[in-house]
Amino acid sequence: MTDAIMSSVTAPSSAPLGRRGPLGSVLVHAGLIAASIAMLYPLLWMISASVRPEDEIFASTSLWPSSIDFASYLRGWFGLDVSFGRFFWNSLVVSVLTVIGNVVACSLAAYAFARLRFAGRNFWFAIMLGTLMIPYHVTLIPQYVLFLNLGWVNTFLPLVVPKFLASDAFFIFLMVQFFRGIPRELDEAAMMDGCGAWRIYWKIMLPLSLPVLATAAIFSFIWTWDDFFGPLIYLNDMNTYTIQLGLRTFVDSSSTSDWGGLFAMSTLSLVPVFFFFLFFQRLLIEGIATTGMKR
Amino acid sequence: MAAVQDSAVVVGAGAQVRPAAQGRWASIWAKHGAGYMFLLPWLIGFFGLTLGPAVASLYLSFTSFDLIRAPEWVGTANYVRIATADPKFAAAMQVTFLYVVLSVPFKLSFALLVAILLDRGVRGLTVYRAIFYLPSLLGGSVAIAVLWRQLFAGDGLINSLLAQFGIEGPSWISHPNYSIWTLVVLSVWQFGSPMIIFLAGLRQIPTDMYEAASLDGASKFRQFYKITLPLLTPVIFFNAVVQTIDAFKAFTPAFIISGGTGGPINSTLFYTLYLYQEAFGNFRMGYASALAWILVLIIALFTAFSFLTSRYWVHYDD
Repeated sequence: MTDAIMSSVTAPSSAPLGRRGPLGSVLVHAGLIAASIAMLYPLLWMISASVRPEDEIFASTSLWPSSIDFASYLRGWFGLDVSFGRFFWNSLVVSVLTVIGNVVACSLAAYAFARLRFAGRNFWFAIMLGTLMIPYHVTLIPQYVLFLNLGWVNTFLPLVVPKFLASDAFFIFLMVQFFRGIPRELDEAAMMDGCGAWRIYWKIMLPLSLPVLATAAIFSFIWTWDDFFGPLIYLNDMNTYTIQLGLRTFVDSSSTSDWGGLFAMSTLSLVPVFFFFLFFQRLLIEGIATTGMKR
Repeated sequence: MAAVQDSAVVVGAGAQVRPAAQGRWASIWAKHGAGYMFLLPWLIGFFGLTLGPAVASLYLSFTSFDLIRAPEWVGTANYVRIATADPKFAAAMQVTFLYVVLSVPFKLSFALLVAILLDRGVRGLTVYRAIFYLPSLLGGSVAIAVLWRQLFAGDGLINSLLAQFGIEGPSWISHPNYSIWTLVVLSVWQFGSPMIIFLAGLRQIPTDMYEAASLDGASKFRQFYKITLPLLTPVIFFNAVVQTIDAFKAFTPAFIISGGTGGPINSTLFYTLYLYQEAFGNFRMGYASALAWILVLIIALFTAFSFLTSRYWVHYDD
């Protein structure tokens, strides 16, 4: 909110091509508003379809339902052998564990790269950067074979354990960049006071790095929540399905019969991501703008 | 700098007192051990989940492997078959390239256009920016793919809207000529994150360049061509590379919209979808490994090509 005020206050100086006349300004706003409606229309339509009476879903292109009816949510929730509550819980478990794994393991590695001196540091750092460029397809099949032989298929372990081994090198890179910006004098003062590396990491680096840790945590959560490919490969038992697999099953099993239920569950599946978006919009946008993180 | 060295000496001196009694290894450990302790999880992950599997994958690509029996060495047979006798590979290649060539330029053009409109101190910037970014954030999920499948179905919302203007739309999803466009539109709809990067790039352009140009009587259009576009080329380049690699890897929308088949008539058979079908549908793990390496090669070649040609059009001021 303050950002909006700030940017409108500072508008004249930051406007590179000069201020528009009133007519130009109206035109730009008209264009932007039209584009916004086009962008949001499908989403709003889906939400509206989820609360419409069944026979009305495809009858109208309007966003306003004639009456509001939450029956679709009940039908959708219990529409499969396993309820969506189970899928939500599974997604939540996997996402939370992933967040913990990414934040812990990546910050440990990042601290070593950014602050500690040891033989081979530059070599390993270069290797770490190199892994950023390897697409997951290359390691996919041997990893699957490995996890299959460990008996981990149909558990959350293949989705979670790699995160505790800092497999999302991108977050390491992000944290290294941030850690490097923290004044070295702080570490040195702590060392003089007899702190070891571990306490410096725990008592100085982590508390001062909350913004980058939060960014990593939020993106981890959203990406894991939305992930379809990993669960598709590793989870075959419906009791272990995440919300994305649950939705996909719902499409297959009810092809044309229960669109209301499908839209209701789709809407619900977006709620956590939307919630994060609402509360951490600034952080997410800064994360994208400064690092080029995708999505 | 002097302070840094001073304190290092102090710490070094303090640390030397103990290891002297414990020998050489202890002193090496004292000096380098902490770094490796902190790096340990990543090192295990690197060897166990990246390097090891990458080597194994290269080996598997020269074998026939169905997950049940041990891999059987077949030499280059997989690669030969991919190159000469696999019509589905050719189809997947064609679909994927078509998708990249259609979706990336549209997406980046929209992103740039909207970023420029937003950059000129528009009131309510944060609201617009949030609205345009939201689809990028939601886009990877199954819910959106499901929604898209319904929007573009024969009796879906898009055709209902078209009907209001008296246009009778085709059945977008079940017609091989149109199905790819459904996926392209979905991808373009998610122009939010390149837009934010463009916005950040536009902020970096010093305003006095525009002031000078406008004093010299340069038109807005000319200013865009001569100042904005050249100074933005590094960001355009970055976005283009990232979005292209991303498009090569697209999976979920094609999988959901085609019900996992890549149909109709392979018209949405994205490369990754074909790889998935071979590996986890037909359990041809060796063949799928070869497909994976070809994809890596293509992405690597593309990236190298982009960087080589970038020197002719990307403008870096130093």
